[in-house]
Amino acid sequence: MNLPKEFRYSDEHEWVKQEGGNKVRIGITDFAQSELGDIVFVELPEVGDELEANSPFGSVESVKTVSELYAPVSGKVVEINEDLEDSPENVNTAPYEGGWMVVVEMTDDAGLEKLMDADKYQAMVSED
Amino acid sequence: MAELKRTSLYPVYKDEAKLVPFGGWELPVQFSGIKREHEAVREKAGLFDVSHMGEIEVIGPDAFALVQRLTTNNVEKAVPGQAQYTAMCYPDGGTVDDLLVYRKGETSFLLVVNAANIEKDLEWIEKHAVGNVEVRNISKETAQLALQGPLSVSVLQKLTETNLAEIKPFRFRESVELSGVSGLVSRTGYTGEDGFEIYLPAEDAPSLWKSILEAGEALGVIPCGLGARDTLRFEAKLALYGNELSASVSPVEAGIGFAVKLDKGEFIGREVLARQKEEGAPRKLVGLEMIGRGIPRSNYSVYRGEEEVGVVTSGTQSPTLKKNVGLALIQRELAELGQELDVEIRGKRVVAKIVPTPFYKRSS
Repeated sequence: MNLPKEFRYSDEHEWVKQEGGNKVRIGITDFAQSELGDIVFVELPEVGDELEANSPFGSVESVKTVSELYAPVSGKVVEINEDLEDSPENVNTAPYEGGWMVVVEMTDDAGLEKLMDADKYQAMVSED
Repeated sequence: MAELKRTSLYPVYKDEAKLVPFGGWELPVQFSGIKREHEAVREKAGLFDVSHMGEIEVIGPDAFALVQRLTTNNVEKAVPGQAQYTAMCYPDGGTVDDLLVYRKGETSFLLVVNAANIEKDLEWIEKHAVGNVEVRNISKETAQLALQGPLSVSVLQKLTETNLAEIKPFRFRESVELSGVSGLVSRTGYTGEDGFEIYLPAEDAPSLWKSILEAGEALGVIPCGLGARDTLRFEAKLALYGNELSASVSPVEAGIGFAVKLDKGEFIGREVLARQKEEGAPRKLVGLEMIGRGIPRSNYSVYRGEEEVGVVTSGTQSPTLKKNVGLALIQRELAELGQELDVEIRGKRVVAKIVPTPFYKRSS
């Protein structure tokens, strides 16, 4: 399983990449995209929306199912990946790059502490 | 939770498929990906394990009368060697199940029913059995493989001396030898493509599964799961019990009125179904295409203004059309092509319009 070491991970299978300042980039993990199968639709919040940690902020749909996205941290959406509107399959092909979903400016970085590192996430996924 | 049942093919594919619980069974939802499998069936061919389906034999001098009374289609029109799509209804017109009736002989029938309905159907059939007729559930010992797609005939032909081109749509032949095993070969399917459904003893299924994939490998034949089976049948507007059909939805409402024959004489549900056919049923199954962004999914509510006017029964992004489409059961007065309606998707109303169905029809 592909898991960048420098990212943090939530138990809802999102990854969080620190981008400097209080900004983080967010997407779903390789494990999550593989479980969902062919992704055909991604619903994202709008720039300016406030996200609350552990609350739904969008959804990912595969051919077969709908899966909600849960915010791994609290903060304000400063960027969304508009390419996913026409190319949702990027989440399958490049979950950590072209498949990113939002950039969030965190209220504070305390939320990051609660997230897992790659090893811990790997262990959680292996247990399932 | 009760232990999940597995088909005789489980050991063959357990390491290569993604397995999910489905109606009490552990079955492959996909092998290499739903879209890829869907495309293979539309353009080449795909192989499905559908051994979870139920098979019930109805045999004896009074078998014909029983099947004729229980089902909505006219069994008299089925000659031995012919398969007929039909439904069983309750007296109020609600659907017990939709099924295929195989007429093996004048007094011998094989009923192929939905996996989740086997017990219910058996009980219903036995309750109405009168006279000299034997009802036997052979689901457990019977496997079913479906080879579907335009290349199905040429692939399956490699395994047998029987001239498969002679088996026309909705016809079948028993005891066909297929590379060392013997089964009932039927020119039917649930994908909107040409293809075969093969019934055989469960213990022979793994060998035939491998033979078909070997024979088809060079032509692009791949194993397919229930995910693709669902998107394929959905595009072709083939009803799924539990989605389009249920105890509270009649075959006429669900768009399978073609399988309800009023001129066959008395059968269970006739009175209500006749009225629905003559006066129009209160609801009608229509196709919806999203205009706004979103995918309609089963059980989403459909609105016109503030009024709830229907419900989505099935929906996805059509792999063939790449459009977000659904089937919905709608108040009859609104069931006009071009009519705009709102689908409620996670609390938001998203606009859609009624479009023609099926979403996909094969050209040949």
